[in-house]
Amino acid sequence: MISLKTNRFPALVSLPMLGTLAILAGLGSSDARDVSLPETVTIEAGSFQYRSSGEYLEGGHAVDAPMAEVTFDRPFEIMKYQVTVGDYERCVAQAVCEPRLNQGLDAANLPVTGVSHADATTYAKWFERQTGRSWRLPTDEEWAYAAGGRFVDDAVNADRDPENPAARWLAMYQKFADLETGADPVLKPAGAYGTNERGVFDMSGNVWEWTDSCYRRSRIEPDGSETLIANNCGVRIAAGQHRSYVTFFIQDAKGGGCMVGAAPDYLGFRLVAGTPVGPIRRLLNNLGWHQRS
Amino acid sequence: MLTRRNALKSAVFTSLAAGALVETVAAQTEESMTPVGEPVDLSTLERRKVTLVAPPFVHEHEQATKAKPAVIEFEMTIVEKEMEIDDEGTMLQAMTFDGSVPGPLMVVHEGDYVELTLINPETNSMPHNIDFHAATGGLGGGALTLINPGEMTVLRFKASRPGTFVYHCAPGGPMIPWHVVSGMSGAIMILPRDGLKDHNGKPVSYDTAYYIGENDFYIPKDADGQYMRFEDPGSSYSDTIEVMNRLIPTHVVFNGRVGALTGDNALKSKVGETVLFIHSQANRDSRPHLIGGHGDLVWETGKFNNPPERDLETWFIRGGSAGAALYTFLQPGVYAYVNHNLIEAVNLGATAHVVVDGDWDNDLMAQVTAPKAIDAAHVSTKALP
Repeated sequence: MISLKTNRFPALVSLPMLGTLAILAGLGSSDARDVSLPETVTIEAGSFQYRSSGEYLEGGHAVDAPMAEVTFDRPFEIMKYQVTVGDYERCVAQAVCEPRLNQGLDAANLPVTGVSHADATTYAKWFERQTGRSWRLPTDEEWAYAAGGRFVDDAVNADRDPENPAARWLAMYQKFADLETGADPVLKPAGAYGTNERGVFDMSGNVWEWTDSCYRRSRIEPDGSETLIANNCGVRIAAGQHRSYVTFFIQDAKGGGCMVGAAPDYLGFRLVAGTPVGPIRRLLNNLGWHQRS
Repeated sequence: MLTRRNALKSAVFTSLAAGALVETVAAQTEESMTPVGEPVDLSTLERRKVTLVAPPFVHEHEQATKAKPAVIEFEMTIVEKEMEIDDEGTMLQAMTFDGSVPGPLMVVHEGDYVELTLINPETNSMPHNIDFHAATGGLGGGALTLINPGEMTVLRFKASRPGTFVYHCAPGGPMIPWHVVSGMSGAIMILPRDGLKDHNGKPVSYDTAYYIGENDFYIPKDADGQYMRFEDPGSSYSDTIEVMNRLIPTHVVFNGRVGALTGDNALKSKVGETVLFIHSQANRDSRPHLIGGHGDLVWETGKFNNPPERDLETWFIRGGSAGAALYTFLQPGVYAYVNHNLIEAVNLGATAHVVVDGDWDNDLMAQVTAPKAIDAAHVSTKALP
């Protein structure tokens, strides 16, 4: 067991500045807020046991990722529901967001799907302008913590067989085959998958959610410590019934062929709230500055 | 008054050159349509009944046989039914031989007589028939087997040429391609009586035979880009023809649907086991490839009187033919059996998986260095090429 203490809460603005900024942030904010604030759920500070993301090698062989203790020193707010088609289309209508992949799923109350990590990030920036609060994609750790009992452990639990590299591969294939059994391709309106014990809706339904976490490959050393070999942010984690590692510009990750293993049914997202936006950032926002990643 | 079914029937009949012939038969149901010829006495031959099984599996059979040529009896019921062709709820008004897409693989030996009882139940809406590429004369049997809903017929043909051959429905005119791309095709394998032989004429055998039937589907989309769903085959016709005539399939699949042979339904084998993959495509060219494996012996055109090719990476299946590839698995793992037009394999569905158990052979392959950071010796000091 490896203990990895992390504080994933992002540093946005320094605390002493907050009071001043709050006052400034109130000024002129009504112009910016043409979208009402979404319902969020506050996830309390705390610790949990977490199956690390990414690929782990031990003695040159792929192994299950180790468990880690992850601690959140502060609470964070996450959207109660996934961003919907109606929400996303407002951003498209303002020519900020890219059109989503046409999957013919247009009802405004459906979760938005057919969006890439890049699309989700663009939406977050736009939403920040609309609401006067900063918004971003959750990290994989935050998503897992907010998912609570809905988080699915992706350990393969294969007997380690250093003589046979195919053994783990076959076990993983079976695990994914089991996961795919009972997959439901029909998109359901926001809320249909119900709430978890934290009051967050629709986690681990058939819409996977983009996180901001990158695809990492690490080595477990003989002393049990971890060495990061590669951190590839061209590939991000989509969280859901299982973790998927998806290239950032992909809007629909369904597929077969060489990519043996289960793919997400649909790609969507929800956002985590940050602090109110400071005056300089607000000014830039109001001048139309936004980053398309 | 014309019901839809009647309207469809008449549409078919007018498109048939042999329309008049069909009406005659309807009037004299007990008569055979076979033109007058020397009578053949098969009464001394043994008769054996074979129960067909749904693909990718193949009914039990001898590979080489000491038995004398026999009459092998098969029975197939034509079933029109709606089938899901992917994981996203896309539906096809399918027409099937014996309820499966593709139809079942039939196996006999050279010199046997194939005797097929073909049934078109009253619940169907259209006339159907069967054209065996393995059969000689009578449009492959198509001219003698056209039956309406509520009718049945028995066709006998001699399995005179050894090989793998396509069969399909061919009810005349534009009905032919439509019935085929709606699922009505399958294959028959006629084995040499002394079994398969390698390039040197030495007997070879297999532990398992899998039949991979490939289909191209053409599902119309509505104005919103959603795949359309139809009440019955007839109402899907005009929209489907429009997509078909553009020659770009919306789905290219093995065994009737995207993912039919992956996950829990993946094909199984073991290191040291020899598998015969029989691949048919009744309408369109294909190019099977086993990722991580090979074709040890490949009858690309499927005809066993020709010596097999060896060590192939990819083999070509001409539209309207069936081929066979023999392979002994040497390494455990997951193999993808694909149509190596990779767009069709990955995006349109033409992928199967073979899950192979056994011991790893480090001589054939090893990971010498697990992925790690690029080391000093390999950091380029020159500009990248």
